[in-house]
Amino acid sequence: MTEAAEETAERRVRVVLVDDHRMFRAGVQAEIGQTAATGVEVVGEAADVDQAVTVITATRPEVVLLDVHLPGGGGVEVLRRCATLMAAAQHPVRFLALSVSDAAEDVIGVIRGGARGYVTKTITGTDLVDSIFRVQEGDAVFSPRLAGFVLDAFASTDAVPVDEDLDRLTQREREVLRLIARGYAYKEIAKQLFISVKTVESHVSAVLRKLQLSNRHELTRWATARRLV
Amino acid sequence: MPVATRPSEAEEPAVRKLYRSADGRLLGGVARGLAGHLGLPVIWVRLVFLLLFMADGLGALPYAVFWIVVPLGVGGRGAQGRTLFEVSPDGRRRLRKPDKGQLLALGALFVGGAIFVDNLERNSSNRYVVPILLIGAGVVLVWRQADNARRASWTPPASGAGPRRLIPLVRVLAGVGLAVTGLTVFVVVRGSAAQLGSVLTAVIAVVAGVALLAGPWLVRMTQDLSEERTMRIRAQERAEVAAHVHDSVLHTLTLIQRNAEDPGEVRRLARAQERELRNWLYRPEGTGKDDEEEPDSLAEAVKRTAAEVEDKHGVPVEVVVVGDCPLDERLTAQMQAAREAMVNAAKYGGSGGAVQVFAEVEPRSVFVSVRDRGPGFDLDAVPGDRMGVRESIIGRMQRNGGTARLRAVPGGGTEVELEMERADG
Repeated sequence: MTEAAEETAERRVRVVLVDDHRMFRAGVQAEIGQTAATGVEVVGEAADVDQAVTVITATRPEVVLLDVHLPGGGGVEVLRRCATLMAAAQHPVRFLALSVSDAAEDVIGVIRGGARGYVTKTITGTDLVDSIFRVQEGDAVFSPRLAGFVLDAFASTDAVPVDEDLDRLTQREREVLRLIARGYAYKEIAKQLFISVKTVESHVSAVLRKLQLSNRHELTRWATARRLV
Repeated sequence: MPVATRPSEAEEPAVRKLYRSADGRLLGGVARGLAGHLGLPVIWVRLVFLLLFMADGLGALPYAVFWIVVPLGVGGRGAQGRTLFEVSPDGRRRLRKPDKGQLLALGALFVGGAIFVDNLERNSSNRYVVPILLIGAGVVLVWRQADNARRASWTPPASGAGPRRLIPLVRVLAGVGLAVTGLTVFVVVRGSAAQLGSVLTAVIAVVAGVALLAGPWLVRMTQDLSEERTMRIRAQERAEVAAHVHDSVLHTLTLIQRNAEDPGEVRRLARAQERELRNWLYRPEGTGKDDEEEPDSLAEAVKRTAAEVEDKHGVPVEVVVVGDCPLDERLTAQMQAAREAMVNAAKYGGSGGAVQVFAEVEPRSVFVSVRDRGPGFDLDAVPGDRMGVRESIIGRMQRNGGTARLRAVPGGGTEVELEMERADG
């Protein structure tokens, strides 16, 4: 991502780290915290839900890196209590879920709660910085694993959707998700499908919106079928 | 675990507690327990009880009280070898040859019983006797069975055959039947048959009242019990996971320290450990399968194959699976082709990063893609006599009615796409 690195030289983004492992926060800080090089400025850290809400309200960062598993109710609880900050017209706070969890319900849970994307903790520093900027710009960030979960969730909602537009992915969105799940970057997807990167981004955002808005009943059924609830 | 509640087996004779004997008892084990406690031959105690019993049934009362109050234990085996049964070397129970003392006791029992019954027959209240005896016998049977059940919870369950498991149930039913018969006879003999209806109504009313009063308490108790049990099961599960994780993590850490100079090996060990941990933490409930078992679903097979390739070649393999279906012959062939593709990707494209595997189960077909970020691969540039890819991947898929495609990815690297029709689709 050399172009991204050049761009980030002028860009700045204020970030809050929420994770209950101090060592992990230190690691992320060390990897992305050199503001001069990455453009990322870590303005706060929190180890549990209460702390997180306090710090986020106080610092009003642009992006929050949010762990899924947190003492005090988990990442979902943080999202619930920061709903007004997320919806703010001026400088909304955006959340990027970051987790080691392999469990679909954790991941889908935070995305439905309003997080703009999900990356695993195995992600490299450069990719993480890139994801943070994408989220800051209002874009959605899907890791291959998240794309897999989403495809899975929507695959079983084909039976009599209440709102056709919301509860179904279009053919194109499905294709894009599949390519993400196969490990393609946006640029590669654009080349593969002969569309522009902007179009890829809009497809991904549409999927995210559907995931966050699609009717609760169907997703609950999906979760029940997997004995998640 | 019931082990904790098990009384120590008379190891410290200093503290002698009164237990009912669980071994070699005839009824409740009261006589044997007392005999063990007092250091008397059991036959004496039994005779005393029998004599008391003959005196208008007086002995029955203390016996019943002892039975209810004194806990069942393993004590009171002072006079050993007095069981009615003996265990032969092949583990079967069989009737012990009766010795003189037991014959005497049995004879005395019969005589005593006869005298007792005879005594009562002459009594004016004889119409109470039969029902009371019936009820008594029923209650004794049920209580005795309850003791057996409690005792069985101490000992590891014998791998008993079907009929043997039925015996306790039959005993309880017989006991209940006896008691009910006794009650009915009691009612019928006591009042005339005409009164039966009103008596029954009264009985039902009383039972219903008791049930109403005791119901909430009983329900509450059952709930508490089941809650406690789930908690215990959970705690046990957690302990099991913790024990396992401890072991394997410590093991891996030791190996990593020893192989610190070999980054490839360290990475391989760490990946294997991570995978194992994830399996333990996130495996779906209910499928407590061992790793050794053959996978029987596609998702499992893909993950297993990826793990094996990862272990063998030390290249991380990231797997995303959408949907699942049972494995059949064709899909197994597809899995083998996928394994070849993963091995190739790990061998030749591994330096560019993780190998990415994506599998999707669609209504009619199964799609698998294996992607690396290596230098790329041109099938046409490979000489015709090199059969690896052509045979083991493309050929295998075609023979089984599927398709395989190899292509260069725009961003660099190679992708192998395998598609197979589902047999049941």
